[in-house]
Amino acid sequence: MQANLHELKSICKEVRQDIVRMTAAAGSGHPGGSLSSVELLVGLYFAKLRHNPEQPNWPDRDRFILSKGHVAPLLYSVLARSGYFPVEELTTLRKMGSRLQGHPSMLVLPGLDNTSGSLGQGLSQANGLALAARLNKQDFRIYCLLGDGELQEGQVWEAVMSSAHYKLDHVCAIVDYNGLQIDGDVEDVKGLHPLTDKWQAFNWHVITIDGHDLEQVLQAYEEAASVTGKPTVIIAKTVKGKGVSFMENRPEWHGKAPNKEQLEQALAELAD
Amino acid sequence: MKMKPTRDGYGEALLILGEQNPDVVVMDADLAKSTRADWFWDKYPERFFDMGIAEQDMLGTAAGLSMGGKIPFVSTYGVFVAGRAWDQIRTTICYANLNVKIGGAHGGISVGPDGATHQSLEEIALMRVLPNMQLIVPCDAIETRKATLAAAEIKGPVYIRFAREATPVFTTEESPFEVGKAVELQGGDDVTIIACGPIVYEALVAAEQLAGEGISCRVINMHTIKPLDVESILKAARETGAIVTAEEHQVNAGLGGAVAEVVVKQAPVPMEMVGVMDTFGESGDPDELAVKYGLKHTDIKAAVKRVLKRK
Repeated sequence: MQANLHELKSICKEVRQDIVRMTAAAGSGHPGGSLSSVELLVGLYFAKLRHNPEQPNWPDRDRFILSKGHVAPLLYSVLARSGYFPVEELTTLRKMGSRLQGHPSMLVLPGLDNTSGSLGQGLSQANGLALAARLNKQDFRIYCLLGDGELQEGQVWEAVMSSAHYKLDHVCAIVDYNGLQIDGDVEDVKGLHPLTDKWQAFNWHVITIDGHDLEQVLQAYEEAASVTGKPTVIIAKTVKGKGVSFMENRPEWHGKAPNKEQLEQALAELAD
Repeated sequence: MKMKPTRDGYGEALLILGEQNPDVVVMDADLAKSTRADWFWDKYPERFFDMGIAEQDMLGTAAGLSMGGKIPFVSTYGVFVAGRAWDQIRTTICYANLNVKIGGAHGGISVGPDGATHQSLEEIALMRVLPNMQLIVPCDAIETRKATLAAAEIKGPVYIRFAREATPVFTTEESPFEVGKAVELQGGDDVTIIACGPIVYEALVAAEQLAGEGISCRVINMHTIKPLDVESILKAARETGAIVTAEEHQVNAGLGGAVAEVVVKQAPVPMEMVGVMDTFGESGDPDELAVKYGLKHTDIKAAVKRVLKRK
């Protein structure tokens, strides 16, 4: 499905509403980082990714590997709105018997390309898929969304070396650089700066964008697809909790659900 | 008796699989010469990936390869794969039931001079606790080859533990091998010795010597720890009334523990366990270490005598 900018913006609005509704209904979950990655994922699923919700296991589909598994609410909303399962199912998030596990399990929900929840492991999986595609002579691309705090995991940098070593130009990493993690400011907890230089030094093609500007997001995916001989990372500057005034830039909203009043206020703000 | 390291069986099987199945790929973490993965590397370089000294990334990449339809066999020392990459095995591979095969090399204290850091004594405990994982500890090089070939036929994660040192090759091409089905190597009525890995040979030596003293030992090669052959354990408990387990592994939570879980629930009989007694190893000659850490046929014999007194 190819959507125009206007349609994409309206999908982003729906997805943000889904995220606060789902986490409120669950009474737990991770709205902060879900809200910061909305444009990154909506732009990908509704304008770039080659996929077919009618055929979730189509072998030649592009893959989306979620490395920061806690933003499951965002991915579930995007998958439902793409047509993988009914939107009504979203409010079963985190409930007993639901296919929408607290962190994504690929065995139970169609549309998921990986299982995640333990941080730092997604990029390795993306690399493995890229190696498999190369051996199988398939042309699919693999996108992998990472959190910025997640980059503190050593395995990420092992994988960053592997992607570059094997010249995996079909791998596109996306870093949601919202600057916050549970314990506070990423730079205070264990700083990443200078992040762009780090990826460049590891022989990646680096694109930095405003992760809430859909035009920049789409352009970045275009550019990534044109790069050959090396992997691409999109470092997307974002705002944690984007779109909900009392959540924006507040680390405590990393993993907390809104109560009834907060939900109403959030939905009112997101309706504008 | 012909002597050969079990790791050679792993390397031989990879060569067979390389020829038989184009989806088989092999990975290692800078130890391909030690694990015998380099035999595959020489013959099928386009299907071999050296992941460098990065075990966690290797297991994650293997997961991705399996998601892309490949059958990755990954190998390195047991300490580094079962220990260091345990969360990758648990959450990325076992939870998603991915088709990844793990060759855990240099299992046991017989690694010798490298010392405690490299003597893997915990893999049985670490792997058998994981849902979806199947765990095989073959007793000699021939059985390791069969186990590795069998692993390729299983849909889902499999861990194969093998060792560095040359050990007796006492099974034959014709010996039965089926994952999850224990092999009774010798019949007996007084006691059953259940063992896995190269120490099975020590169990046979112990049984032979005990026969001379009028003690009739059944010997079971429990090559598959998971899924465990519960029937053979219950039969042994009911027919012989006493069990001794033997493993080159920590005595806690290993084969002995797995057997005891079955025995206490369904057929309580006296048990003794031969293994490393909750301690780290040290540098030394493999045989000296086996003597010091209680892993010889003499230790199995002593355990048999202890258990018979409790019968």
